[in-house]
Amino acid sequence: MSTLLVSHLNKRFGGFEALRDIDLTLQSGEFVALVGASGCGKSTLLRIVGGLETRSNGVLEIDGQSITGPGHDRAMVFQDYSLYPWLSVIENVRFCRGLKAYRGQEANEAIRRADLLLDLMGLTRVRDSRPDQLSGGMRQRVAIARALMAQPDFLLMDEPFGALDTQTREVMHDLILHVKETEKSGILFVTHDVEEAVYLADRVVVLAPHPGHIDSVWHIDLPKRTQDLKLAPEFLTYKREITQRIRATSGMVSDLSALEALAAG
Amino acid sequence: MEGVKSQPDQVAPRSLWTVRGTLSKPLYRFIALTSFVLLLTAWWSVTASGIVDPMFLPSPQDVVGQAWNWATTDNLFADTGISIYRVMAGFALSALMAVPLGLYIGAFQPVRAFFEPLLEFSRYLPAVAFVPLVLLWAGIGEASKITVIWLGTFFQMVLMISDDVSRVPMSQIEAARTLGATNGEVIRKVLLRSAMPGMFDTLRLTLGFAWTYLVVAEMVAANSGLGYAILQSQRFLQTDRIFVGIIVIGIIGLITDQGLRFIHRRLFPWAKK
Repeated sequence: MSTLLVSHLNKRFGGFEALRDIDLTLQSGEFVALVGASGCGKSTLLRIVGGLETRSNGVLEIDGQSITGPGHDRAMVFQDYSLYPWLSVIENVRFCRGLKAYRGQEANEAIRRADLLLDLMGLTRVRDSRPDQLSGGMRQRVAIARALMAQPDFLLMDEPFGALDTQTREVMHDLILHVKETEKSGILFVTHDVEEAVYLADRVVVLAPHPGHIDSVWHIDLPKRTQDLKLAPEFLTYKREITQRIRATSGMVSDLSALEALAAG
Repeated sequence: MEGVKSQPDQVAPRSLWTVRGTLSKPLYRFIALTSFVLLLTAWWSVTASGIVDPMFLPSPQDVVGQAWNWATTDNLFADTGISIYRVMAGFALSALMAVPLGLYIGAFQPVRAFFEPLLEFSRYLPAVAFVPLVLLWAGIGEASKITVIWLGTFFQMVLMISDDVSRVPMSQIEAARTLGATNGEVIRKVLLRSAMPGMFDTLRLTLGFAWTYLVVAEMVAANSGLGYAILQSQRFLQTDRIFVGIIVIGIIGLITDQGLRFIHRRLFPWAKK
C-alpha cells in the first residue's frame, strides 16, 4: 500500500505560472482523473508526478520519499507513438526487464508475469506481431501492459485513449477498470473527456487555468460500472455538473447573441 | 424495378497523376528503363548524325571500345579498385566518427550547443580549397586522398545523423525513462535503435557525396584511380576515356545504392516509408 502526496506544489516556466498550490493524494488501488479546459496544466501536473518535469517548489513524495526524477514506481502511458516499433509485442512488454533497475529479480517470475499481462490485455494472439501491424486500440493495450510489467505503485496515463474511436474507447474503459481490480496500482489519469473521467474514476479533479489550480474535487459515488450506466440519471448529473464547472472556469462561454448578430449581418 | 441498375457501375481506374499516388512495380521499372534508353538513343543519334565533333562528344560505340581497351590493355580494374578503396576508407572514417558524435549531439543539448554551430560553419568550407593544405598536412600518400573525402562527407554526415536522432519520438524516450532506464540505456536501447533506419539512409546518401569528392581527392598527387584517369584524359583531350570514367563511377553508385536499399528493407521491415 503506497501513498502519493502532492502538497502546495507550484510550477512556473520562466515568467509563466503553470500550476499554483496543488494539493492531491492518491493511494494504491485508487483511480483519480484530472480534467479541465486546455491550458489548465493537467498534463504538466501528470508529467511532474512522473518526474519528466521538475516542480518549482512544493512537496511531491511517495510514502514520505521525495520524488526527484522518473522511476519505475510510476510508469507512464502516453497518447501515441511510445511503443518500440522494432520490437515485437512481447518484447515491448518485457522491455523494462532488460534495464539495470530490474537486475536481480526472478526471471521465471517475469516470464510468467509477461504472459499473464498479455492474457489480461487480450494480446496473446498478437504476441509476436510488430506494433505497426496492430490497430490503435491494440497498440495502447501493449503500452499499458508494458507499463504494468514494471509493477508500478502508480500508473500515470496521459490521455491514453485520446486517439481512439468511440467503440474502441468503450472497450478500453472496461479493460482499464479490470486492470484496476487485478493490479491494485493507483491510477492518475488525464483526459479532456468528462464522460470518460466519471465512468472510470473514484475521484474527478477539475483544474482551472490562469494559473493552473484545483477548482473542485468530485467523489464519484456510482454503482458497478457498466456501459448502460452512462445513460443513468445520476451519471448524467455528474457529467453535466462537471462539464459546467469546466466551462465556467475556461472563460470560453460563447456569446450566442453576438454570434446571432454576426449571422444576421 | 425502375431506378435500379442491373449493371455494376464502371469505375474509372485511378489516375497515374494523383499527387502522392501509387505505381505498380513493373510500370515503375519500365518508366525507369525508358529514361536510360531515351538518353542513350539521343546520345547515339546526335553522334551518328555527325553534327557534333567526336572530340566534344564521342559516340556510345567509341566509349564502349575505349572501355574495352582500358580494361584489356590498360588497368581499368586496378583504377576502379583503388578508387573504391579510397572512397570506402574516407567514408568509413567519416561514419565511425559521425555516428557516435551525431548520437551524442542528438541526445544532449550541451553537446549540441558545443558542436552544432561549429559544424554548420565547417559544412560550408569548400573541400576543394583544402587540397593544398591537405597536401601539406597529410603528404602525398593515400592519407591525403582519404582526408579529402573525409572533409567532403564528415560535416554533412554528423548533422544529418544528429537530425535522425532528433526525430526519435519524445514519448519513446519518456516511456523508457518512466520505466527506470538510465541515460546510457535510453541512448543504447531507444535512441540508437529507433534512429537506426534513418542513420542507414543518411549513410547511403553520404556515400554518394563521397564518390563526388573522388575526382577532387585524386587531384592530390595521385597516379592511379578513376578520378586520376579522368584528369589525365582531360590533358590529352581523350573525351571517350572521360566518359568511361564517369559512367563507371555512375554504375558503381547505382549498384551500391540499390544494394543498400535492399539491405535497408531487410534489416528494418518495421521502418516503412
